[in-house]
Amino acid sequence: MRRIGSALAAAALALAAACGGTTPTTGAPAPGQSGFVPPRLSAPQALGTGEGQVDLVAWAGYVEDGSNDPKVDWVTPFEQETGCQVNVKVAGTSDEMVALMRTGQYDAVSASGDASLRLIAAGTVAPVNTSLIPNYTDVFDGLKSKPWNSVNGVPYGVPHGRGANLLMWRTDTVRPAPDSWSVVFDPNSPYKGKVTAYDSPIYLADAAVYLMATRPDLGIRSPYALDDRQFQAAVDLLKQQKQVVGEYWSDYTKEIQAFKSGDSVVGTTWQVIVNVAKSERAPVEAVLPKEGATGWSDTWMVAARAAHPNCAYRWLDWIISPTANAQVAEYFGEAPSNAKACAETADPQHCATFHATDEAYFSKVHYWTTPIAQCLDGRTNVTCKDYAAWTRAWTEIKG
Amino acid sequence: MSRAGAFLHRRAGVRLALLLSAPLAWLGLAYLGALAALLVTAFHSVDTFTGTLNRTFTWANFLDLATGEVYRTIVLRSVGVALAVTAIDLVVAFPMAFAMAKLAGPRTRRWLVIAVLTPLWASYLVKAYAWRVMLSSGGLLGWGFGLTATVLTLAYLWLPYMILPIYAGLERLPGSLLEAAGDLGARSWQVFRTVVWPLTFPAVIAGSIFTFSLSLGDYIAVKIVGGRSQLIGNVVYDNIGAAGDLPFAAAVATVPVVVMLGYLAAVRRTGALESL
Repeated sequence: MRRIGSALAAAALALAAACGGTTPTTGAPAPGQSGFVPPRLSAPQALGTGEGQVDLVAWAGYVEDGSNDPKVDWVTPFEQETGCQVNVKVAGTSDEMVALMRTGQYDAVSASGDASLRLIAAGTVAPVNTSLIPNYTDVFDGLKSKPWNSVNGVPYGVPHGRGANLLMWRTDTVRPAPDSWSVVFDPNSPYKGKVTAYDSPIYLADAAVYLMATRPDLGIRSPYALDDRQFQAAVDLLKQQKQVVGEYWSDYTKEIQAFKSGDSVVGTTWQVIVNVAKSERAPVEAVLPKEGATGWSDTWMVAARAAHPNCAYRWLDWIISPTANAQVAEYFGEAPSNAKACAETADPQHCATFHATDEAYFSKVHYWTTPIAQCLDGRTNVTCKDYAAWTRAWTEIKG
Repeated sequence: MSRAGAFLHRRAGVRLALLLSAPLAWLGLAYLGALAALLVTAFHSVDTFTGTLNRTFTWANFLDLATGEVYRTIVLRSVGVALAVTAIDLVVAFPMAFAMAKLAGPRTRRWLVIAVLTPLWASYLVKAYAWRVMLSSGGLLGWGFGLTATVLTLAYLWLPYMILPIYAGLERLPGSLLEAAGDLGARSWQVFRTVVWPLTFPAVIAGSIFTFSLSLGDYIAVKIVGGRSQLIGNVVYDNIGAAGDLPFAAAVATVPVVVMLGYLAAVRRTGALESL
């Protein structure tokens, strides 16, 4: 309780500072998010015996019990070791995850950064006592206490893994090999009609990342904290981009098929899509462009009203244990969160391929975060556009 | 048991009430109730960050909807797509249904009905993706994606819903009428115009209500083969799914309801609803 209490005091101070309109320039602010005060919830101080089962909400490929592929199974050993039967509900989007967690029927969730803050602010998930999760000490420091998994220094979950949204192209049609997002934003792109983009409001952040490099006069510091002028610039850029876009994708099988058939030749992608497309002999390559990129860093969080908190904590510890974390990272195609997982992957090159230890690489990645009215980059003299505004703008961009 | 039977036998009103209570409850609660809930929700607002519902009355959603030029464009586009799909289905379905009802023998007819119904057994997604593969640049047709591709795919998906009502309508049309018209010297086009079309018009309307409303609400086909275009359904989906903004989605969802009411009112003026 002491930790929580002092964190709340820190939160109150941060809020007072924000209300006073002073910019915090001195002193070390608490790590993590500080734009709002979450509901007062406490983390457990000790664990009891398992409840016999646990209900999870997860991305496809995060909780595999061998039913999709007998060789892919890190759930059965967990069940045998802890006696916690795992029930999983696979969600397709961050928004579905938020909706599912709000029902109160689930114990834990693998939330991306564009869902985690919403869950915290609504009081759907509780702070996590990381001292009850032994494997947490081996998690990369670059992933701990981040604005998408912690608030005012209080962790709300354990990092699962991370990846970047890359630029993919067909090597037979796109020459020379691109190293900049300009190839998808240039209205005179030679690949007009064959450009693809991610079909989600969060794609506005990709435009903002590009503007950070090409329009320094806008002063964008975080692609998720856009004031009116910055937001309008991103919207205008995407409206202009629409002229060269062939189709928007949200379903990853759809993108793989489009690149195989040549309907799309260049556009935004995930590493796992590159791998599958290559394995199906599509001539594609992908790069992290020089402007940087958006990306994701997922967090396992525990529901505030979890019916099976003890099993949920055991699951959190299990999924970031070196062996399970290596398996899930390799199966899904992302960088593991546990440093020791790199020694456990079947492909010894996995961590190198996915830049797991490459903080310089990930310093260019802006992880998905829910945009809120209070600017996430610390500005207090303007209001930023929130996610609802992003959603309406996305409808307007597609026209 | 027999006492209850006797009681019911004497009281026709009670009998009717018992018979109708289940369907009426279904209609009233599940259908009209849902519509009412939709309408009420459209006047609420949502905390855009936490996604919690704020139940104070506001016109904001409808104002946004009315003032946003993009929504007007999308509504017009959706209605256009629905009309195009209905027109294509009508042109394809009428000769097909006529052949089934009037030209084919009983055996062939049975097989034709089965052939028309078989596509309904396959999953919607499988059919939509099949069209995606056919339309993609390396595919059988290779026409590319976009609004035309969406219209084609929807026309294919909803075709059975147009064929079946017209087929039923034509089957009820006595063959003797066609013969009589022929005997009186009408040429085939005249027979169609003065006998077949007026008598099957209610069936055509029934079919068009299916194709029109199904197209108006669709958002999956356009995601798969629509390239970069979007319809009303996508706006609803994006606002529920992506933003968690249920009230605005509800406000958008009232648009197809209003369009359908307009369509039904227009149909009613033709008198086709009375003879359905």
